Amino acid sequence: MFRTSLYFLLVALVCLGLADIEVTTLDPWEELRRIGVGFLTPDFPIIYTFRDALLNTVTFAFCGISLGVLFGSGLAFFFRFAPVRLFCAFIRAIHEIFWAFLFLPIVGLNPVCGILAIAIPYAGVFGKVYAEIMQEADQTPLRGLPQGTGGISRFCYGILPVIYSDLKNYTSYRFECALRSSAILGFVGLPTLGFHLETAFREGLYSEAPALLYAFYLLIASLRYWLKPKLVVGYVVASFALISTDVHVQWSNITRFLTYEILPWPMRRDGFLDGSGDVSFALGGTWRWVVEILQTEVLQGVWNTVVLTQVVLVGTGLFTLLFFGTISRHFVKARSSRGVAHYFLIVMRTTPEYILAYAMLQLWGPSMLPAIVAIMLHNGAILSYLTGQNANLVQLPIDAARKKANRYFFEVLPRVYGQFLAFLFYRWEVMMRESAILGILGIYTLGFFIDSAISDDKLDKAVFLILITAVLNIGIDTISQTVRRRLRIATGAVFTYQQ
Amino acid sequence: MYDLDNLSVAYEDAAVLQDISLQIKAGEKVVIIGPSGVGKSTLLRKLYELRQRESALIHQDYALVPQLSAFHNVYIGRLDEHPTLHNLLNLLKPQKKDLEQIRPIFQALGMEEKMLDSVSNLSGGQQQRVAVGRAIYRSCPIILGDEPVSAIDPHQAGTILQLIVQSAPTVVLAMHDVQLAIEHFPRIIGLRDASVCFDLPASDVDEGTLAELYQGETA
Repeated sequence: MFRTSLYFLLVALVCLGLADIEVTTLDPWEELRRIGVGFLTPDFPIIYTFRDALLNTVTFAFCGISLGVLFGSGLAFFFRFAPVRLFCAFIRAIHEIFWAFLFLPIVGLNPVCGILAIAIPYAGVFGKVYAEIMQEADQTPLRGLPQGTGGISRFCYGILPVIYSDLKNYTSYRFECALRSSAILGFVGLPTLGFHLETAFREGLYSEAPALLYAFYLLIASLRYWLKPKLVVGYVVASFALISTDVHVQWSNITRFLTYEILPWPMRRDGFLDGSGDVSFALGGTWRWVVEILQTEVLQGVWNTVVLTQVVLVGTGLFTLLFFGTISRHFVKARSSRGVAHYFLIVMRTTPEYILAYAMLQLWGPSMLPAIVAIMLHNGAILSYLTGQNANLVQLPIDAARKKANRYFFEVLPRVYGQFLAFLFYRWEVMMRESAILGILGIYTLGFFIDSAISDDKLDKAVFLILITAVLNIGIDTISQTVRRRLRIATGAVFTYQQ
Repeated sequence: MYDLDNLSVAYEDAAVLQDISLQIKAGEKVVIIGPSGVGKSTLLRKLYELRQRESALIHQDYALVPQLSAFHNVYIGRLDEHPTLHNLLNLLKPQKKDLEQIRPIFQALGMEEKMLDSVSNLSGGQQQRVAVGRAIYRSCPIILGDEPVSAIDPHQAGTILQLIVQSAPTVVLAMHDVQLAIEHFPRIIGLRDASVCFDLPASDVDEGTLAELYQGETA
């Protein structure tokens, strides 16, 4: 375990050397000061002006997640079949923003785009996690059921009650994620919170942006007061009712996209030039098209994505090892100090990494630095929280070392290290997705090239690059699983709904 | 009802039985005793497999659904007999008819007031009584029970045993409380070293036979 960690550290150091890190803005400190002042003088009335965006953020999340739960549950029942597992891995390997990119040309800037962009990857996640929860559930109650019991009754009496609270906890955690996803979808133009956040940051309105962020924190923090199981159905129905007035889908667009626009350009070229719109199977041309994209964009995009991922993977790990102690009773005695640390971590994990990166980009200018810090802070906060919780479960002997450093290295760290690594590798794939997506902000990871292809209206290229991103992500997921199995470390069932 | 002739049983995860020969007729009430790990549970499992459709099994670990109410856990005993739609309705809201049908069982078990409590809130003894209630509600010609009163306090155990005995024509239980077994059952089978050590009317079981059965065991 120690040796594996060292290898990863080494790789990350090499990557750090190769990564493009610099501060290009002329006066970053002045910019930082203005942001700091903005956070202290939030322009709260602006929230009222943007109330529709806030409402949209919530309704998109409700509609998206309810569809995700619906399809995810269906997939979970068939998860033992390899094609279903692959399908789930594929749809969750593509980030919400990339899904939105794909739906934009089909349905337009329309709630359907945002809802599907959330629903599809979430269905893949729910399919996997629900299936895992079912697998790990206690099987004893099932043995007590009479032999001839029908499948539905068997499920409702023998399985559902046993896993219900796990499902509920995980799904409500995911709702929090869906709110984040919904908010950042505003950055591609959908009418959610991100839209106004982007404008505020871009135009340097540093009192508006924090007000919107504060509203978002409040929304997440208040979830437990208004997100009651009994009310959920009502919320979902109301959300669908609210968005239904905006929905207009043209089938011709969908067929045109699927049968024409995603075909590689060489296949459409002749028909386009002579005005007939015919499709030809120009194999040679298509091959050259693929090779060219691979050489000019994929190579650089994949390389930068992997470099960034490896740096933030280890960075997140180091952040966690440094900070998990701040919420652990073994290191900080005062409950109030632990509370402060706890809130800091919650705020960090609640802020979508995309927004963090965007804000830092304004500070430091385009390089990998904003992306590294943003992904590290977001994921590090989540892992510090989990690892700290874990450390609190450890019962130290009464004669444990008094000196904190000794206690950390000899008593606590060895006991939580395995699970810490499991958490970290579990999020490897998430970090890669984030690394790819942050290319949209101007660093040359895969997202940059996908974003450019979309702006140039080259949907064929965008789809091809998104496929490459998905394959890369599935690859990392597979490696992560192998590493975890090799090291015999597991996150355990608790993780799935506590993360 | 059961006619085992030189039967050997081996399950992957349980004690092994060798050359077991015994007959149990319909209407008999039998208790199997013997040192722990000797294969009492294995024998019960075999008996259950021989006549699955006619048997109600009281599991050693109760096999309850802790998140559901005691009522629902008893209702599970006849899940296969009701249509799925009815099962679902009953899960959402206990149906009057089923409540009235199951209430007398809880009365007999002495826990009518706990009927709608979640099983996870019940004590070990109460949970075991729910498991017994489920087997009774199943109303099969045979009740097979693996230590069905082990967690119930002594002054109630007799009543519950009596209830089990009355609830099915044929009853076969595995038990470790020999005195209780002799009091309520006419026939006792002793298992030792993976096979039958004795098979006697309860009145013939005395200190001597028991000493031989548990020889080497520090009780």
